Amino acid sequence: MLGQLGEDAKLLAGGQSLIPLLKLRFASPKHLVDLNFITGTSFIREEGGALRFGAMTRHSEIEHSPLAGKIPLLHDCAAGIADVQIRNRGTIGGSLAEADPSGDWGNALLTLDTTVHCLGPNGKRAIALKDFVEDAYTTALAHEELVSEVEVKMPPKGSGGAYLAFKRSAPVYPSASVAVQLTMAGDVCREAAIALGCVGLTAMRASEAEAELRGKVVNEKTMATAAEAARAAGDPQPDMRGSAEYKRQLVVALCERALRIAVRRARGERVEGAHLYA
Amino acid sequence: MPEGAIAEPAITAKIAVTISVNGKPYAREIEARMLLVEFLRETCDLTGTHVGCDTSYCGACTVLMNGLAVKSCTVLAVQADGADITTVEGLEINGQLGPIQKAFGEAYGLQCGYCTPGLMLATQQLLATNSEPTDGEIRKAIAGNTCRCTGYMNVFKAIRLAGRNVKGA
Repeated sequence: MLGQLGEDAKLLAGGQSLIPLLKLRFASPKHLVDLNFITGTSFIREEGGALRFGAMTRHSEIEHSPLAGKIPLLHDCAAGIADVQIRNRGTIGGSLAEADPSGDWGNALLTLDTTVHCLGPNGKRAIALKDFVEDAYTTALAHEELVSEVEVKMPPKGSGGAYLAFKRSAPVYPSASVAVQLTMAGDVCREAAIALGCVGLTAMRASEAEAELRGKVVNEKTMATAAEAARAAGDPQPDMRGSAEYKRQLVVALCERALRIAVRRARGERVEGAHLYA
Repeated sequence: MPEGAIAEPAITAKIAVTISVNGKPYAREIEARMLLVEFLRETCDLTGTHVGCDTSYCGACTVLMNGLAVKSCTVLAVQADGADITTVEGLEINGQLGPIQKAFGEAYGLQCGYCTPGLMLATQQLLATNSEPTDGEIRKAIAGNTCRCTGYMNVFKAIRLAGRNVKGA
């Protein structure tokens, strides 16, 4: 159908970003193809050591899913996106396909082994999330392709994560966001993934910060050092959400908080409501 | 235009939809660009649903779509074809104020009243599964509804009272 409609057609998933963009005339497609009437595209399944999310699965469905809650960082992210009304409409597939640099899923999922499954006239493709998002609002999707599923590998035993974002109020995009996933062996960090949102054209891994933890004992001191190392990452732009310096300070503070929660979760502790807005 | 291409429809082309609003079907011919809130206010004459910001922020336009709160300024009316919509008018029971409406009145959970229909619909979704919400749960449930005059304290009182009313009803 997208082939027949040509380049001026756009896919409409949850519409919580696209409809506001249409109102602002930032986008004026000749055709909108509403995906909401296609059945079987909203589901959460556990299969082969991974969670699989249908592209049209709403944020609120993920928020309330005990299955998705097996990876607490996913719950943090889903439950913190915008507000109830937007979570009832917005979808995980739409969020990734939009690739807004301030989007929540694009950052949170970067700390996990995430594959974006795409479907088009030439068949299926599986693309690692880090390769799927190419630039701000730009993905590896071809014009006639769409996201069909998002697959997230279950982290190993002894792994814990958290997603935190700072917003001025519930319905707005975050000013900065940090996702953390630590795999621990006792007090020692075996693997660390730290991702930052809103500080560049795409979400990004903070490799210097990760290196401060990998192979080391995780304590208040090393967590503070790692968080400080995240300060220099990215290139935040001053805008109405704050100055570049302010956003860097937010990243440090969020990183430290997320690390503390991740360590507790890696030990098997339940930490509820790690990331709830308002 | 390539072979087999679908022509661009006129922006004023009409599409037939039937949307159930407060249990009553409304069959209308509408433009694809019409928003759900415009459908309700302009073609159904249900003006209780307000347009506050028209940017998905304020929540004054909140209605229930198949039982879930949505911002009707951020849903196209054609997307609601076949859906069940509940607006503030649908909170009435037999022409009398329903328990949520009564509670907002009794607890004085409003001042100018502009945001109130949206707040009451957000409350309806919350109370549907939880008639005794904690302050934290209330806070989260109405985070998408902006009020610029009550300061929210009486809104919280109203929602707690509504929970008791719904439970007792």
